[in-house]
Amino acid sequence: MMRESGRFQCGLKSVSGALVFLEGGAGVSYGEMVEVIADGRVRPGRVLIAGRETVAIEVYEGTEGLSPSETRVRFLAHGLEVPVAEEMLGRTFDSFGRALDGGPEPLAREWRDVNGAAINPAMRAYPRDFLQTGISAIDGMNTLVRGQKLPIFSASGLPHNRLAAQIVRQAEVPGERAGFAVIFAIVGASRDVAEMFRRSVEESGALGRVAMFVNFADDPAVERLITPRTALTLAEHLAFDRAMHVLVVITDMTQYCEALREVASAKGEVPSRKGFPGYLYSDLASIYERAGRIRDREGSITQVPILTMPNDDITHPIPDLTGYITEGQIVLERELDRGDIYPPINVLPSLSRLMSDGIGQGRTRDDHAHLSNQLYSAYAYTRRIRMLAAIIGEEELSARDKMYLEFGRRFESEFVGQGAEENRSIEQTLDRGWEMLKLLPTADLTRVSEQEIAAHLK
Amino acid sequence: MAGELTISADGVRDAGRKPVGRTVWVSGPVVKAEVERAVFMGEQMEVGDERLIGEVIGVSGDQALLQVYEETEGLGPGRPVFSTGLPMFVTLGPGLVGSVFDGIQRPLYALEKAGPYISRGTKATPLDMEKRWHFAARKRTGEKIRAGEVLGVVQETSVIEHRVLVPPEVAGELASVAPEGDYTVGDVIATVRDEKTGKQTPLTMAHRWPVKRPRPYRNHLRPREPLVTGQRIFDLFFPLAKGGTAAIPGGFGTGKTVTQHQLSKWALADIIVFVGCGERGNEMAEVLLVFPELADPRTGRPLMEKTVLIGNTSNMPVAAREASIYTGITIAEYYRDMGYDVALMADSTSRWAEALREVSGRLEEMPAEEGFPAYLAARLAQFYERAGHVETLGGSNGSVTVIGAVSPAGGDFSEPVTQHTKRFTRCFWALDKDLAAARYFPAINYLESYSGYLDEVGEWWHREYGARWRDLRDEAMRLLQEDSRLQRIVRLIGEDALPDEQRLIIEGSRLLQEACLQQNANDPVDTFCAPEKQLALLGAVLHFVRRAEEIVKKGAPIHRVREMAVREEIVRAKEKIPNDKLELFKELTGRIDGEMDALYRDFRRVT
Repeated sequence: MMRESGRFQCGLKSVSGALVFLEGGAGVSYGEMVEVIADGRVRPGRVLIAGRETVAIEVYEGTEGLSPSETRVRFLAHGLEVPVAEEMLGRTFDSFGRALDGGPEPLAREWRDVNGAAINPAMRAYPRDFLQTGISAIDGMNTLVRGQKLPIFSASGLPHNRLAAQIVRQAEVPGERAGFAVIFAIVGASRDVAEMFRRSVEESGALGRVAMFVNFADDPAVERLITPRTALTLAEHLAFDRAMHVLVVITDMTQYCEALREVASAKGEVPSRKGFPGYLYSDLASIYERAGRIRDREGSITQVPILTMPNDDITHPIPDLTGYITEGQIVLERELDRGDIYPPINVLPSLSRLMSDGIGQGRTRDDHAHLSNQLYSAYAYTRRIRMLAAIIGEEELSARDKMYLEFGRRFESEFVGQGAEENRSIEQTLDRGWEMLKLLPTADLTRVSEQEIAAHLK
Repeated sequence: MAGELTISADGVRDAGRKPVGRTVWVSGPVVKAEVERAVFMGEQMEVGDERLIGEVIGVSGDQALLQVYEETEGLGPGRPVFSTGLPMFVTLGPGLVGSVFDGIQRPLYALEKAGPYISRGTKATPLDMEKRWHFAARKRTGEKIRAGEVLGVVQETSVIEHRVLVPPEVAGELASVAPEGDYTVGDVIATVRDEKTGKQTPLTMAHRWPVKRPRPYRNHLRPREPLVTGQRIFDLFFPLAKGGTAAIPGGFGTGKTVTQHQLSKWALADIIVFVGCGERGNEMAEVLLVFPELADPRTGRPLMEKTVLIGNTSNMPVAAREASIYTGITIAEYYRDMGYDVALMADSTSRWAEALREVSGRLEEMPAEEGFPAYLAARLAQFYERAGHVETLGGSNGSVTVIGAVSPAGGDFSEPVTQHTKRFTRCFWALDKDLAAARYFPAINYLESYSGYLDEVGEWWHREYGARWRDLRDEAMRLLQEDSRLQRIVRLIGEDALPDEQRLIIEGSRLLQEACLQQNANDPVDTFCAPEKQLALLGAVLHFVRRAEEIVKKGAPIHRVREMAVREEIVRAKEKIPNDKLELFKELTGRIDGEMDALYRDFRRVT
């Protein structure tokens, strides 16, 4: 990061929270990176207000120990840039792209602005191709499509970390020549969770195609605002310059939003819902919208952000605004988790908006759409029957409804449920779906065609 | 300012060559500048050496406060500021239809030259300045002309005749007019001499208009006709009038965007303006993929030939998101002034309101509810009031219909944007999360929704299809309301405990919903339902219910009605009977009568 020399300025006017203020000047620009130097320590920072009289700087590693008279600031005359290179795969970095794994710093040919730039909507290509996670509840029922952003809505205590690690290990693009890479951004994780992630990826042997960016829970809040952006900057390079399919998994976006609120309130900004800044939507969009495909380019960026819903509340601003931006959501449910179903994905409130255009013949399999529709409606009916059974007792149910209860149990334990190490191909997932339908009266299977029944149920 | 509305030959938004001031303070999209010469509120400015587009949003002494519509990273104090002497404007002329613009009318396809990303300071003229259009004058030299009159015509697309209008505020004697031939939008095609001053104003096929100023018209007229959308829940139950306003609120996943897309695909308007305001990039990509391939139900030509798209996705600069709504409505008014019926869809007005909030926050204004500025309601009112059915300056009739999607936080309709929008719109189409979760589409809650245009459009239905519509609609609504009342009891004691007459109401309402209210956007036949078919379908459903009522009253058991084969046929009719085979409904009614009669005879024999 310390590539060029810059203009120095001595002394601060004041320090307040994560911000420092200094005399303004003509050479400063908004968004410019600076180095705040005090006590032999160099902390990165960024210009928030570029004024003739006053300059406000947000200091990334905190303002602890800064004294106005003893501090120098170096202006770097460029925005926050991070290194990008294919060789970064297989390595672990901090939010600024500095090596965390004891290895050498990346020999980057290029440095890129972490904020990227908005893709011209007219230059986007509509996402249509399948990305396999090896997890039936996702691949079969809420298919992820390359170029899509599909978050996982979790809650504290649910196994989203295990699920994230499993997706990172297993994800692949079947039958595709272009390279595949996973970028894993870990935002505000405790050290043992981060270590668990690293070990799980290493042991699976997938490390070579994974780059990890880690921000620890005790790192300054402002740094969390950088981590996903650094990850996405590398993703953009790999996808659109090196024609790779890139999956970016970010966990936990709730930590990110909390940091955003913390920084906003330190800046004295007007809060809106639950104290979050009014621009939370735009800010989240500037991360999520970096997923996509570009016309006439081979690669793609697919995003799976993971967030924990505070107090299991899906209407909380974080999941709410995320849901408005992303193309669907995968919802984890506490009740399934209590029933020891892993992954505890409730397929009913889950949705992949781009699924219908990304499945079928030549993409997954021709029976996929009908099959998932049938499973969905049968499972939805099962849930209604369960409520009824809770009132009138299971014995009072008709024979047909009892079949549905059995279907529901097996669907949860054998289709949705799978091992944390179990990687199912899309064919295995779909075949398993048909196995489940065998439990139901054939006459009820109105969403699948007769030919499909003949081909798969006999 | 009339002369300033005409555009320069190169069409570039040409601010002065010499700066009028320098920046002193930059934070995000908000910039303060010291200016040497007076600037005015709302004036369009250009900032920095890259000439980023901005607008004056505050003036105090020699300080001007600007909102910049592009990324301001890299901008600092001491950079030049240029004035245009004009309020924020759009360029109006042939070539708008079929275009895709960002929020400040930069054509997105022309920006491709700069690469796949939107980079700062990229300039492109809103209209193609090289393209030649075949212009045929409708006025002769020496004729007196008034503002808003048709000077000549250009075939803009195969379905849109672009009427080149005398710009508002220009009038006089036509000193010269170009002979029929091919011209660019920068070429002078006429000169007007003011009769008092003798001043000559050259006119081109395009002119500019300030986006925040409603375009003038002669008279505001009462809405008279429905905007037929081909969607039964709207046309039959909650109709929108041409020149009216509607709001579609709904939480995420309730089908807001699909509904807006359905409306822009099938609404029988001459021109569609679709404003994607702060929404998903992939949705824009889908629109751009689908619209050129879809045929307009009226003309059979690709939908793009009557569509103007404005896309300022959620990750594009937030100030331009605020502008996108104004850009859209001004373009809509321009085609209204040619005598067209225009429908504008804004998806989503909540994102626009959030852009207001964001800029307001940067200005450190005192917030009202949930951090929104106190003027939120006023801005919403100003926007929706630009809808209307009018007599244009040129004397023809045109309309702008506005349909605004609202994305309430947490799906809660009590939040400020939904509440204020309700005050200024006359149709309220409430999307419902529970219906969507039950895969019931369109997920419009028929008890919460309303339309304020029933009387206005009733006359049209009467004129076109006889008096039946209002009666059928009211009968159906009664059935639905009665059903919802009974459902409360059912939840306590179960359906089986009700007497057969009441169970029939539930059964009738269920049939009405399955056969008529639910509509499949993905089915090639059902996606657009012509008004006549809507009436026939509703007629068939209610006919079934009435006949069933008769025989149930006489004691026929309800399950026999439910098991009738013709019931399934009615449910399938929406997908099985195409818009041009309506005689099949007569046969369907025949079969309803046949089965009902048979059941009645059958049942009488037994008892």
